[in-house]
Amino acid sequence: MTVVLFFLFAALTIGGALGVVLARNPVHCALFLVLTLVSVAVLFLLQDAQLVAAVQIIVYAGAIVVLFLFVIMLLGVDRPDTLEEPLRFQRPVAFSLGAIVLAEVLFLAGHRWATGAHTARGVGIKGGPFGSNIERVARVLFTTFLWPFQITAALLVIAVVGSVVLARRSGERPEPLPIDDAPAEEDAR
Amino acid sequence: MIAAFHVTPTFYLVLAAALFSIGAIGLLVRRNVLVMFMCIELMLNAVNLTFVAFAKALNDIGGQVLVFFTLVVAAAEVAVGLAIIVAIFRRRREATADDLRVLEG
Repeated sequence: MTVVLFFLFAALTIGGALGVVLARNPVHCALFLVLTLVSVAVLFLLQDAQLVAAVQIIVYAGAIVVLFLFVIMLLGVDRPDTLEEPLRFQRPVAFSLGAIVLAEVLFLAGHRWATGAHTARGVGIKGGPFGSNIERVARVLFTTFLWPFQITAALLVIAVVGSVVLARRSGERPEPLPIDDAPAEEDAR
Repeated sequence: MIAAFHVTPTFYLVLAAALFSIGAIGLLVRRNVLVMFMCIELMLNAVNLTFVAFAKALNDIGGQVLVFFTLVVAAAEVAVGLAIIVAIFRRRREATADDLRVLEG
């Protein structure tokens, strides 16, 4: 059962990723991205990471992709994109660099020193007196990783302030609202 | 016969490697800045998959906790990146990476 589910959702993940790269319409790219994210969430579930799977669906497929679609619609770039490349050697170089990355990561994945170590201490994902998956994540997040957790708060505040500053129309005052005959319309209704 | 066949962590690592490489190639090949951002999301997801696979393989919940930090960084990156794209679009009507060569320091 697990084997069938793994191969099914691995195929969906790869298919969605290829769709993101190959689809010409940015909206289709975003929808293929949703397919990939949901498939990865199922793969998280298969590895006893229930909380991470839920957060993956809520944050990635819910918030981030909606943000992408929002910007696509706001800017009106939902027209097909040409896949032609103006630079002559860009595409072969891109594919060879991608092949090198794949070879490197596969080399790392297939070696015993990368996968065969055992953790000495800490909270395991099963067993021990630590409760369910969410309790384990919370215990480690708020003890061992407390300081990084606080720093992410600062990171999020900086990102929000930065995006507001960037997206604001700089140096323009908002136009004042028209004040005449607004009450008249109200009365006419 | 299928029951005797187990999904080892290496399977997940190989899948994550393939996902990462597809994202990297897409980042290099595509010219629409929005699609390039989606390819970065693919690469971050591959890293998350690796973290969760190692959490399972090494029986340590720390791998799953690190996924949350990756998520926060991804959310911050998308917020700032999309703000930059909106700011670029306000000046030019295109958002391909080639158009950004007109930038001056």
